[in-house]
Amino acid sequence: MDMQVSFLDRLFDAGLLIDTGVDGLYGRSGQFESVIAAFERLIDTYGGADGAEAMRFPPGMNRAIFEKSGYMKSFPQLAGTVHSFCGGELDHMNLLKCMEVGDDWTKGQEATEIVLTPAACYPLYPTVAKRGNLPAEGALFDLQSYCFRHEPSQDPARQQLFRMREYVCMGTEQHVTDFRQLWMDRGVKMMKSVGLEVVIDVANDPFFGRAGKMMVNNQRDQNLKFELLIPITSTANPTACMSFNYHQDSFGTKWGLNLADGKVAHTACVGFGLERIALALFHTHGLDVKAWPESVRATLWG
Amino acid sequence: MNETIRELLGKVGGLPGPVAELADDADLYAVGLSSFASVQLMLGLEEAFDIEFPDNLLNRKSFASIAAIEQTLTHILKSKEAA
Repeated sequence: MDMQVSFLDRLFDAGLLIDTGVDGLYGRSGQFESVIAAFERLIDTYGGADGAEAMRFPPGMNRAIFEKSGYMKSFPQLAGTVHSFCGGELDHMNLLKCMEVGDDWTKGQEATEIVLTPAACYPLYPTVAKRGNLPAEGALFDLQSYCFRHEPSQDPARQQLFRMREYVCMGTEQHVTDFRQLWMDRGVKMMKSVGLEVVIDVANDPFFGRAGKMMVNNQRDQNLKFELLIPITSTANPTACMSFNYHQDSFGTKWGLNLADGKVAHTACVGFGLERIALALFHTHGLDVKAWPESVRATLWG
Repeated sequence: MNETIRELLGKVGGLPGPVAELADDADLYAVGLSSFASVQLMLGLEEAFDIEFPDNLLNRKSFASIAAIEQTLTHILKSKEAA
């Protein structure tokens, strides 16, 4: 824990992250952002020629789609909903009075049609399903969004609002599992090219409760999720900086994503935790970007 | 026990076909048991038999067929008696 706090403090002291008073909610400096931008360009050099269709959604998504996604079944503890004041003038007076005396003013807030996006690809599936059957060669998408997960922590690698870059592939089982393997190989190569030591391991999502334990076992038994791990705040427990997920036909069935021949599509996604990758670079090469190894600088900035 | 399992499977399994027509050794995942439905089935079985599945039995194999579920339950009930 001390190690984690001290890395976070060093990041604050260096001005790379900016303290907001809330654990896991930080501002980023220009320097920090330039590392993220450079790494995203590196992702493009690997994936750009694949012809993915780029889409960018804001960090909030349609609540109805979120509800249908089943996120609350698996990760209720991580979700963030957007609530607003929807009352009249009298309610407003009461609200101000509540705030003035330090009572809970939020209890009258009402749910809006928006929830915070938990993963960059959530808004994608229903969007694609609306278009009708997928083209014969399947489909590939390039996404990036700030994502929210309610897990306050002083580990700078566990932020509540962070960016996820994703490629999502839809097609046959063979097509999407080949895609996942391709990116596992590319991921290792990319990280090596910027001087990061990595391991890939089978992984699971943080499913909630005892029922979640079964989901965890199922996910691991079937090798549905792999993570690319890099030491950031601990070498014993390295941090997942990329994940490689095979959803089988679960999203295809849920959203009505069909192949050209009408069969249910399989899907897979590859996610980059952009802040985590930047933090891994700062942790490995130091907080002064100018002092990073020349080969790493050349790979990132040319 | 077989009957209780089938009853629960009908209630929470979300299977497209009737449970009565399933063989004891039919692969439940192949006939449409989702991960989430298997979790609901697990919780239903715990309530019906007043047991708790140990972590090492919370996996796909334990719920792969009606026969597998019977075997898992028998094992848990026996360990419960022993304890």
